[in-house]
Amino acid sequence: MTSPDVFVPASLPTVPRRRRGGGVRGREAAAGWLFVAPMLVILGLFLVVPVLMAAWVSVSDWNGRGSPLSSSVGFVGAENYRDLVAGGGLATQDFGISLRNNAWYVFLVVPIQTALSLFLAVMVSRKVLRGRGFFRTAFYFPSVTSSVAITVLFLFLFSASGAVNRLLEALSVNGPNWLADPRGVVHVVLGALGVDAPAVLTGNGFVGIPWWQWVAGPSVAMCVFITMAVFTTSGTFMLLFIAALQAIAGDVEEAATMDGATSWQRFWHVTLPMLRPTLFTVITLGLIGTWQVFDQIYTGTQGGPTKTTLTPAYLSYQASFESQQWGRGAAIAFVLFAIIVVLTLLQRLILRERDTPPRRRRDVLVGVAGAGGARGAGGAPDAGAVAPTTGTEDRR
Amino acid sequence: MSTTTTAPGSSQAPPRPPDRPRDRADRSARRRTLGTAFVYAVLAVVALIYVYPFLITVATSFKSDAEAVASPLSLVPATWTTAAYERLFVRSDFPLWFQNSAIITVSVTIGRVLINSMAGYALARLQFRGRTVIFAGLVAVMAVPSVVLLIPKFLVVNQLGIYDSYAGMIVPLLADAAGIFIMKNFFESIPRSVEEAARIDGAGPFRTYWSVVLPMARPALMTLVILSFQGSWNELAHFIVASQDPELRTLTKGVAQLASGALSQGSQYPLKLAAAAIMTIPVVVVFLVFQRRIMNVTTGAVKE
Repeated sequence: MTSPDVFVPASLPTVPRRRRGGGVRGREAAAGWLFVAPMLVILGLFLVVPVLMAAWVSVSDWNGRGSPLSSSVGFVGAENYRDLVAGGGLATQDFGISLRNNAWYVFLVVPIQTALSLFLAVMVSRKVLRGRGFFRTAFYFPSVTSSVAITVLFLFLFSASGAVNRLLEALSVNGPNWLADPRGVVHVVLGALGVDAPAVLTGNGFVGIPWWQWVAGPSVAMCVFITMAVFTTSGTFMLLFIAALQAIAGDVEEAATMDGATSWQRFWHVTLPMLRPTLFTVITLGLIGTWQVFDQIYTGTQGGPTKTTLTPAYLSYQASFESQQWGRGAAIAFVLFAIIVVLTLLQRLILRERDTPPRRRRDVLVGVAGAGGARGAGGAPDAGAVAPTTGTEDRR
Repeated sequence: MSTTTTAPGSSQAPPRPPDRPRDRADRSARRRTLGTAFVYAVLAVVALIYVYPFLITVATSFKSDAEAVASPLSLVPATWTTAAYERLFVRSDFPLWFQNSAIITVSVTIGRVLINSMAGYALARLQFRGRTVIFAGLVAVMAVPSVVLLIPKFLVVNQLGIYDSYAGMIVPLLADAAGIFIMKNFFESIPRSVEEAARIDGAGPFRTYWSVVLPMARPALMTLVILSFQGSWNELAHFIVASQDPELRTLTKGVAQLASGALSQGSQYPLKLAAAAIMTIPVVVVFLVFQRRIMNVTTGAVKE
């Protein structure tokens, strides 16, 4: 590297720069625009324009033929959205089912992967550990492989007479035919307990499907994808936690040990609070990622068995490319976007609220600042505590 | 760890009168040894769960169809056969998929490194009107989930007339806000003085960027190469919406269709797993070669 050789005292350059004045500034501005031009063109063309175009398609009746901007395409208002949320037809039903499936997926994957990745990070961050490199590599490895390859592997592992069922057999458990089993897990458990569908839940519903179907739980098939998600993402998040653990100064933990804290107390009262910003990042990224299940479904089950692995992302693709219902497909994408944004904000609000120490909370109640003030007050001490990790949080 | 060596020292204790702190140290040392053994046991089991499936992939790809179904757990094929690989390379489009994936991955990686480092440099160092606005726009754009853009991207690719072409598959993937952030953060972390020295010597902004700044940015560029390579090699959704020509099929798309039964009658697990194994090799090579850097990626990326 050349840097040490060319090192020049910082004070030197200011003089000539002044002398040249506006010329350099002008040239720099031109260069600046030139440098960001490729990025602006590509991001504009493939991120901003697509969103605008899809917004138009979602309120149009475009059927995939010709350009969606041609004059023959009609404006239908919020019809596509209404069909999805309150139409009562097959579109609503499918959308409701996909939401149900994905909601259970998120509900299970996010906590499990967060806990597991934190656990793995703490384990491999122990000061005395031989073979640390091997363990980190082993845990991170599934994260680098493509979701297609992993799905192919899981289809094999969870086949009717596959590896997983062989293992269960060894424990004298009769494994299900995983990927062909549409039964909801909660229903299976309730059924074993002798609980049958109460009329209250079957009679009423939400987004086209009865409440009894909402509480069905993920289907056995969906559980395979849940396992897969935890398997593939825990390594990535483990790295985030490892980085954060490294940033925590050793003397803080030492001081706690001196004060007689056991390792569990130390983890719970010292380490975990300092990890809060990272925890926050991991949960946010988890929430965003788990609402976008597509590759695995496309490769694995295409939504089956009986639509129990259908996700909004896959449904959006299916509606557009297979049924040529482009307006509906685009509308699903926007509803999905809204769900992700709302959930992320909600999670922000809830986690920040809990962060607020009692004294501050009272301040907020007294003041008229409202939620915004609470967030600022709660967030500040954490941000100061572990400065290096806050970057990711802001970035997302 | 030094306390562990005194752990057997409980036998040395008797000569002294029972002395509280020593006793406690002893007990905690013993507990620590036990704890360490427990940690290793847990880590070993978890590591096995993480690694075993990949060993199964490789082992099964050398089995016969019947054996793959009959003994899915064994790591040593009873009869070794390369039938799956022969089928893939001689009697299918697999080599073509591989070639397409390679072309796209290399193009995307080079393109991203150039575009991201230029934009990152401009946002970190060059003074120009509108910089803050661009930066804010970038943050907003990053918030849009990629799956939401699936159909929208098709609409634009189609409208631009680059559907079913390499351009349509490559150019949209060049948009990578996260990479720009990594580069911007890196450029902000290196001292200004070097560039300013170059500037006194009469080098313009482009010259400074190309021959002074870029060589210094090697660590960040490596990170970018790794992330871009992995990202584009493993990409599936965009290729699904940007092309349908079998000539343009990539590995991810081809293998995904293979998995849903395009090329096979029956299960044919060895064939599918052989395909999965081969498509994993390039990322594994990149992973192992740059492992140290990958393990530091997040640290580097997170640093402000």
